[in-house]
Amino acid sequence: MLRPLTLIPVAIFAVLAVLFSVYLWQVGPGGKDISQIPSAMINKPAPQFNLPAIKNLPETLKIPSLTTADLKGKVSLVNVWASWCPPCRIEHPVLMTLADRGVTIYGINYKDRPEDAVRFLTQLGNPFKQIGVDSSGRTSIDWGVYGYPETFIVDAAGRIRYRHVGQIHPHQLESLILPLLKQAAQPAADAAKAGASKTGTSKTGAAKVGNS
Amino acid sequence: MKLFLFVAVLLAAPLVAPVISPAISPFAPPAALALQPDEILKDPALEARAREISKELRCLVCQNQSIDDSDATLARDLRILVRDRLTAGDTDTETVNFIVERYGDFVLLRPPFKNSTLILWISPVVIFLIGIIGVTLWHRRRRVAVAAPVVPLTADERARVDALLAEKPEQ
Repeated sequence: MLRPLTLIPVAIFAVLAVLFSVYLWQVGPGGKDISQIPSAMINKPAPQFNLPAIKNLPETLKIPSLTTADLKGKVSLVNVWASWCPPCRIEHPVLMTLADRGVTIYGINYKDRPEDAVRFLTQLGNPFKQIGVDSSGRTSIDWGVYGYPETFIVDAAGRIRYRHVGQIHPHQLESLILPLLKQAAQPAADAAKAGASKTGTSKTGAAKVGNS
Repeated sequence: MKLFLFVAVLLAAPLVAPVISPAISPFAPPAALALQPDEILKDPALEARAREISKELRCLVCQNQSIDDSDATLARDLRILVRDRLTAGDTDTETVNFIVERYGDFVLLRPPFKNSTLILWISPVVIFLIGIIGVTLWHRRRRVAVAAPVVPLTADERARVDALLAEKPEQ
């Protein structure tokens, strides 16, 4: 005859087993990446920066410098990249596609050599409207960047709406990035909502998308 | 009594282990610093504060090392940033907050006590209490069992025991 007390360890085991299997299932292949850290910058204004253009740009590649003020007025992507970063190279065609579709993309060139950055853009094409060079890495820290590439969606008011760690995969273009860009393009509705004490709405929305 | 001593030793073990293990472990990491000489501040007091702050901040690339331990580029940049903030006259809290504003609470190796971390902080205490209750119950039951009155052998049983004791071993 089993006493109820003997069932307690079994019950604890069962609960933990269920918890762990749910978690394992979530992080399984194609699941969520647990090394990704949620951004602390969501719904905050983009940090202040004033970054110079890439040095010794050839005549064929005239890309102006980048400051915070440039980000205002239109929804845009800000992509932090470097020529030495392999995922940046893999991601590049996706950025080219986005640029072809009329998305404004700004670049922050992180700790790169100008000649390498120029070679990268000459070989693979230039999707960037403007590029600022972050040679000290300080601006990237202000954005909360910890891996490369990272891509931010900045709305017309210059607020960060979404942060993507690592490369944007081709399949994420339609399923993730374009819908988010559309969502970020509705500042009026969102701002009104935010004003009406519903700041949480857009936050949870972004968090959900980040987890998918 | 023996039981409580055993429990006490078990509880004390994690407190003692970190103190003795670096000395006895053959796999202890070398004493080499991630900190480069050019990062070190001239003012020893400021440098000491920077070291203490760096030990509390997570390297976001390695994620299980502090920026004081990590050789990652970002860790180095953050170490220099911490020193720049301190040199600029920030307090320790201001310096830490500066980095938390950018990277969130995850950058703190010691998670803050807030609503979202309640389970994290409360669960060890709860589990400890459950354990204490369990051990107490088990101990009390055992004492009751031991203290149960001794029933003397019946004459029949006594005779069987005597017969068994009188038996000679096989060899």
